[in-house]
Amino acid sequence: MPFIPHNEDDIRAMLEAIGVDAIDDLFDEIPESLRISELEHVPPGMSEMEIERLMHRRAAQDHGALCFIGAGAYEHHIPAAVWEITTRGEFYSAYTPYQAEASQGTLQLIYEYQSMMSSLTGLDVSNASLYDGASAMAEAALMAVRANRKSKSARILVAGTVNPVYLKVARTIAGNQGLSFEPIPMDPATGLMDHGALAAFEGDDITALVIQQPNFLGNLEQVDELVDWAHARDALAIAVVNPVSLALLKPPGEWGGKGADIACGEGQPLGVPLSSGGPYFGFMTCKGAFVRQMPGRIVGRTVDLEGRPGFTLTLQAREQHIRRSKATSNICTNQGLMVTAATIHMSLLGTEGLERVAASSMANTSRLVSRLSEIPGVRPMFDSPYFHEAVLRFDCPVAPVLDALAERDVLGGYDLSGDFPELGQALLVCATETKLEQDIDAYARALGEIMRKAQVA
Amino acid sequence: MSDTPADLKYTKSHEWVRDGGDGTVTMGITDHAQAALGDLVFVEVPETGRKLSAGDACAVVESVKAASDVYSPVNGEVVEANEGLADAPEKVNESPYADGWLMKIRLDDDSGLNGLMDAEAYAATLDE
Repeated sequence: MPFIPHNEDDIRAMLEAIGVDAIDDLFDEIPESLRISELEHVPPGMSEMEIERLMHRRAAQDHGALCFIGAGAYEHHIPAAVWEITTRGEFYSAYTPYQAEASQGTLQLIYEYQSMMSSLTGLDVSNASLYDGASAMAEAALMAVRANRKSKSARILVAGTVNPVYLKVARTIAGNQGLSFEPIPMDPATGLMDHGALAAFEGDDITALVIQQPNFLGNLEQVDELVDWAHARDALAIAVVNPVSLALLKPPGEWGGKGADIACGEGQPLGVPLSSGGPYFGFMTCKGAFVRQMPGRIVGRTVDLEGRPGFTLTLQAREQHIRRSKATSNICTNQGLMVTAATIHMSLLGTEGLERVAASSMANTSRLVSRLSEIPGVRPMFDSPYFHEAVLRFDCPVAPVLDALAERDVLGGYDLSGDFPELGQALLVCATETKLEQDIDAYARALGEIMRKAQVA
Repeated sequence: MSDTPADLKYTKSHEWVRDGGDGTVTMGITDHAQAALGDLVFVEVPETGRKLSAGDACAVVESVKAASDVYSPVNGEVVEANEGLADAPEKVNESPYADGWLMKIRLDDDSGLNGLMDAEAYAATLDE
């Protein structure tokens, strides 16, 4: 089969058949002012050779740097087998597996992925993925508005310790659909959501409360109490979680008396490289009662006419190709290839492997925090328990310190002064299992020298 | 040939209405509608207390092929919904005019049933 489905002659024949002179005539009803003639900010095309050179040049900029930045994307070791298998021809397709008869392998993989995510989050059902963690949170909020029939307000309370980028994305996606996102302040003394601030919402109609665990600052929130607070006020509880942390922490399905209703988050830590910010994938799981309000595809296990087990897309009647504008969402399988990698990654690591990744990331960050806190001018910001990320307080501006570290090939962390000015000079650091003791030593040595020079100056 | 009981009122969008005589009506989808949809696998009914205007989407009936909206035939407030359908959606197929009812609505005013068709007029729309 040719790759190009129609040539100039075909196009001419089709236009003649419908009595139109040119393809542009078909777009007549769109006013001239709304049409884009040229994409001003997009540079002209490049040849494969030129692009390859450009990419090599860009990639060389990263060379050798030790990365201690987390803040939503995490460097983990990915076994070589993961992407070797993921990029095999059998899996290497972006296409949605509508046709069960031709897609049993892909469908089974997604089914296994869903089973793993349900198990990790302690909830009944998972969809086949979303775009990324931020858009997953936006979709979870939209889903809560559909699912919470006791609430009419579409007011979503968001802990002030949720990733600030997620809040921005949620407002972009859902803000014009009648949802309001209202942040609950962070307590600068603990780095946790300020529970006292919830009192202001007593008696209000609240649709859902969004909690991130571990929160954006790495700290562990009092999730049981927060979920119970939400449920006592007929609000749904949405959990934003790091899947790797769930190997050690209590799953959202067990938070509080009744468990979080929806869990979502960024799937990147499960076998997807940092790769300059994408592609990543989002995940979402929920209680069985809400499955019909869940966005995206769901693969189910069934039997064929002869009683043999097989896999197929299920609950499709609520989706866009059937419900059109009334569909639950416009979400499809989304990041099928990333999900393929994540599923293979999780199956290679197994429960024990994932636990070891989580435990050693936690231990490394703890070691990093105590090493760096020995340096004059640097100390831990909070006493709260944390997972694999923590905040350090600096006596001097953080930004020039990060620049100086980068010159020594150390990416020292995420400067919080933009997102959390109330914390002053604060740096979010992370050391996953990929950081050896000598890497942590190298960071401590470099920072020690930089701080000494800063104090002499 | 689908069943269109003479004592009911109908809409063009295939809902039926039974006048309770006490300011409330019971409504559901017609025999023709259930046959066209095929076996239902899920029915979503509204919560009680919801205010409806005639023509509002008020329930969703889902078959293996499609999820379709059901529209309110009248102006009023939902006073009772057939919650049993959540576990037994097949009742709508088996008994669309009795066990398969969807909800009871308290009418805003008496004029509510005026725009609806009688059985003969509705049956005629099915022949078109």
